[in-house]
Amino acid sequence: MAILEFEKPLYEIEEKIKELKEISESSGMDVSKQIETFEKQALEYKKELYANLTPAQRLQIARHADRPTFLDYIKLMTTDFIELHGDRVGTDDRAIIGGIAKIDRQSVVIIGTQKGKNTKENLIYNFGMPQPQGYRKALRLFYHANKFNLPIVTLIDTPGAYPGMKAEETAQGTAIAENLREMAKLNVPIIAVITGEGCSGGALGLAVADRVYMLEHSYYTVISPEGCASILWRDASKADAAAEALKITSEDLLKLEIIDGIVKEPLGGAHCDYEMIGNELKNTILSAINELKDINPNKLRDDRYNKFRRMGVFCQ
Amino acid sequence: MTVKDWFEQRKELQIARRDQDLQIDDSIGKLWVKCYNCNAQLLRKEVEENLEVCPKCGYHFRINARTRIQQLFDEGSFEEMFSNITTADPLEFTDTESYKKRIAQAKAKTNMNEAVVAGVGKIEGNLVSAAVMDFEFMGGSMGSVVGEKVTLAMEEALKRKIPMLAVTASGGARMQESILSLMQMAKTSCAVARLNEAGLLYITVLTEPTFGGVTASFATLGDIIIAEQDARIGFAGRRVIEQTIRQSLPADFQTANYLMKYGQIDMISSRADLKSTIAKLIELHKG
Repeated sequence: MAILEFEKPLYEIEEKIKELKEISESSGMDVSKQIETFEKQALEYKKELYANLTPAQRLQIARHADRPTFLDYIKLMTTDFIELHGDRVGTDDRAIIGGIAKIDRQSVVIIGTQKGKNTKENLIYNFGMPQPQGYRKALRLFYHANKFNLPIVTLIDTPGAYPGMKAEETAQGTAIAENLREMAKLNVPIIAVITGEGCSGGALGLAVADRVYMLEHSYYTVISPEGCASILWRDASKADAAAEALKITSEDLLKLEIIDGIVKEPLGGAHCDYEMIGNELKNTILSAINELKDINPNKLRDDRYNKFRRMGVFCQ
Repeated sequence: MTVKDWFEQRKELQIARRDQDLQIDDSIGKLWVKCYNCNAQLLRKEVEENLEVCPKCGYHFRINARTRIQQLFDEGSFEEMFSNITTADPLEFTDTESYKKRIAQAKAKTNMNEAVVAGVGKIEGNLVSAAVMDFEFMGGSMGSVVGEKVTLAMEEALKRKIPMLAVTASGGARMQESILSLMQMAKTSCAVARLNEAGLLYITVLTEPTFGGVTASFATLGDIIIAEQDARIGFAGRRVIEQTIRQSLPADFQTANYLMKYGQIDMISSRADLKSTIAKLIELHKG
């Protein structure tokens, strides 16, 4: 597993403990008391480390190569997933995957951005950066859910919509805009979760939802800290300062009343315990569906409208 | 004075003179202006009378919201609304300069209080609710105020059951308001959904330049999408795309003509025809 820069001291302590255990086993010396003390200290250190991370450090967890992807969550929290491919007019964008599945006994239409864990996979999934055709595939699946009265779940982990020539020629902006507008019209509950990177319009294009959650170490922003630094600071190396100024952490967004809740991650980040994060996420989604599923569609739409209508801060 | 001092002084004078030169070239309101497109020296007054279009080559210069309103609406018919809504600094954002200072500078420079003017007015006798963006105010970026005023203008159209017009000119989202500006995309698009459900005509006019979060929200959601001649319109900026795909893009990339070729807009209009085109469209939709 990849070790992040700020995790190195912790990693060294853990290595030392392992070494000590090996020595004690091979020599028959009983140092279990000492090991126990060290382990306790290491755990304390670990808790303190992860409780005090800077936004830039948490960004690294959000982008961790081993972070669970959409397809991992499908395995972890759904059964009977059947993928529904394609936008029906020419393309099956692999950066957005969608289908129908059961979460416990509830059928849902579940859609998400997919990232790879290595270069080969990332070439298939375009690093989780959708083309307009991906948003259009999502839209036709939204309509499908609406038709069969199924709740919609979206899982978002994207560095943004793909900035390419073909994407512009096939109207990236329009594809996102239409999703924003059409999501407002749907009669079924929509639950969106930012699981890793929630970058800009590319993330929002799947997130006009009745409930929006973030995983503890995920981030959600109008522009990547790197992009912001290179535009406002004219210096991409100021990304740490930008990450701070942009207020991108889950706690910040909860405070700003942009999201409805935070899904707690295992100590060290979601990649440290797939089972646990899978369960946490599943429980969050199920309880949201239960809250929303009996609400009359008109009220559901009105509530969704008012939720986004309220967002924004200005003087009057 | 030492020789060194003399050189220093000379350098400073040169720098001061350079700034003056720039001012003469740049400033609107001076007697002469130069067309960026054909380099012709033009009389300021002639350009003005020609709707800020180069009389030699027809190039459409950027215009601010006030000028646009003057050109589009019947004389004296436009009533500005919601101008009491002004910028806050909820995140206390500071990059190389504070957001508060940037706002103050933009206000001083443009004599506007934000990057959009909203209100109702008549276009050849047709009453419409309108939001007109201003690129001079912080690059027409959309923060909470722009999102709110655009939404209020749409809600005004709903209330009065009249068509909605949005004229866009924007570099995208206002980064200094971070997530709050992203949410304006959702807010304005949800308001468009209500216009759709009420069956009201929504016309957008995309002008030079329209990019980013504005392109990816209310700008491209018009029932009718008109691009003004010479406008550049896109989602991602040209430089970002070139850096990503590591190849150079065609010269006409993201121009109004390019978008027309790829079926993204209904039509291109010259500035001279814009008013009558909008009026005609409104008339035709009355059935």
